[in-house]
Amino acid sequence: MTSFKNAGGGDIIIDVAKIIVENKAYLSEIDGKIGDGDHGVNMAKGFGRAADRLADSDGSLDEAMSVLSDILMSEIGGSMGPLYGMMFADMAECIEGQDDIDAALFLKMLTAGVDGVQEIGGAKLGDKTLLDCLIPAKEAFKASVENGDVFDVSLKILKKSAVIGRDGTIDMIAKIGRAARLGERSRGAVDAGATSCCLILNTLSDGVLKRL
Amino acid sequence: MQRFINDPDDIVDETVIGFVRAHPERVRQDENNPRVVISKHAPVKGKVGIVTGGGAGHEPAFMGYVGKNMVDAVAVGELFSSPTAKSFKDAILAADGGAGVAVLYGNYAGDNMNVKMAKKMAKKDGVVIQTVVANDDVCSAPIEEKEKRRGVAGEIFMWKIGSAKAAQGASLDEVCQSAQKAIDNCRSVGVGLGPCTLPAVGHPNFEIKPGTMEVGIGHHGEPGILVAELGSANEIADQMVKIVLDDHNLAQGSEVVVLVSGLGATAVNEQYVLYARMQEQITVRGLKIHKAFVGNYFTSLEMVGVTLTILAVDDELKQLLDMPTDCPGF
Repeated sequence: MTSFKNAGGGDIIIDVAKIIVENKAYLSEIDGKIGDGDHGVNMAKGFGRAADRLADSDGSLDEAMSVLSDILMSEIGGSMGPLYGMMFADMAECIEGQDDIDAALFLKMLTAGVDGVQEIGGAKLGDKTLLDCLIPAKEAFKASVENGDVFDVSLKILKKSAVIGRDGTIDMIAKIGRAARLGERSRGAVDAGATSCCLILNTLSDGVLKRL
Repeated sequence: MQRFINDPDDIVDETVIGFVRAHPERVRQDENNPRVVISKHAPVKGKVGIVTGGGAGHEPAFMGYVGKNMVDAVAVGELFSSPTAKSFKDAILAADGGAGVAVLYGNYAGDNMNVKMAKKMAKKDGVVIQTVVANDDVCSAPIEEKEKRRGVAGEIFMWKIGSAKAAQGASLDEVCQSAQKAIDNCRSVGVGLGPCTLPAVGHPNFEIKPGTMEVGIGHHGEPGILVAELGSANEIADQMVKIVLDDHNLAQGSEVVVLVSGLGATAVNEQYVLYARMQEQITVRGLKIHKAFVGNYFTSLEMVGVTLTILAVDDELKQLLDMPTDCPGF
């Protein structure tokens, strides 16, 4: 298949939320090494509430992303609320009203998500943030699509690149956010935001792969 | 450490409820958003509204500075975590008396983002908004990168002066100019002797080894410029005054207002011990102290430590600072 249905795609977001909740302790633990250790707590709170609210819905992917975005922006706050809130809001807007999502539209959606995060957060590639997972994953997906690969293959490349991007943050020095003050001391620890982003992208891709 | 806790997840909601119940003659909770605390007097028709907000755990900041001739509405976030954009927006709407709203907040990534989004949201409701961002923490970035510095206890002076200006009937532009002048005239430094713990996390969020101190520590335990051997109170006072005044570069004879704030677990009497020496050091450098504040004005959960803030004042700032207020924090 070259596309999947937007309708019923909301289940993918429920899976994303579940993965975040399952990784609550892990995300807080890695955040505690260079941040203040509440990444897992706050993420699990927001994504967990989204899972609860979406539990009985049979909604589209864009509706589910909008629900998640609203919760993150109106109930979670911190840095992750607006960052992931904008990412999901802009991705939802991109596919709203579309019946079928093919690789080209999925790329457009990812690009909108990256732009949303960059606009609100102002971080750049290499600053040791979730963008260091998100941007390379999106770029790899883009290259694969432009290369004429099938959707399935491009998604697998996206997944792999997200992991490489996440692991690449280990050697980086944080330039923005609370870890930035550590300077050289922030090197050696994986970025918590890049880690949660990697979980989100992988679960999102797995959900699409199952539907292709 | 033993704590007074029901469920760590409820701690901020319960803090706000307790605060509002304790000060019903001065504040109320937003009916539709329990994370917004509003002055009983707000909104005042024709007056510029004053809004701030930040993570919980810094009490009496931020909500303690809501009141008459002070802040009109405050957005409250999770412990050490920015309030939501929606809470900032609701605070802006609650404070709006038709003359615009000044959002006076501290320079943190989360707050910057959420205020930016709230501004967008509230604009749709027709509210004119300006922001002033506090960056008084000397050790959080070198002077050449002053825009990167965080806001700490100097925010209290920014609120006091901006709010007093608004109470005098000044325009939004004038209010923000005075608030900006206040923060530009402010320098702060923190020294940490012991860490604090977010109850939901369960372990201290940083380490200070016995016999050492973190000079330049931030309001959430952000590391300072150096870890030094723990000195005597006088030695620490000297070091703090030096850091602040070296950065401040004030002319002889300048008048200043001094604020020493405990970070949560330092006894108030120790803060006075520090102030005794700081007062000497400040005076010996040819500065004149107009007023001093010593106590727990801006805390960081149960961190052991203090901050020192020195505000240079002129006639305008003195007059605004001296205007009587009625809020729980002062």
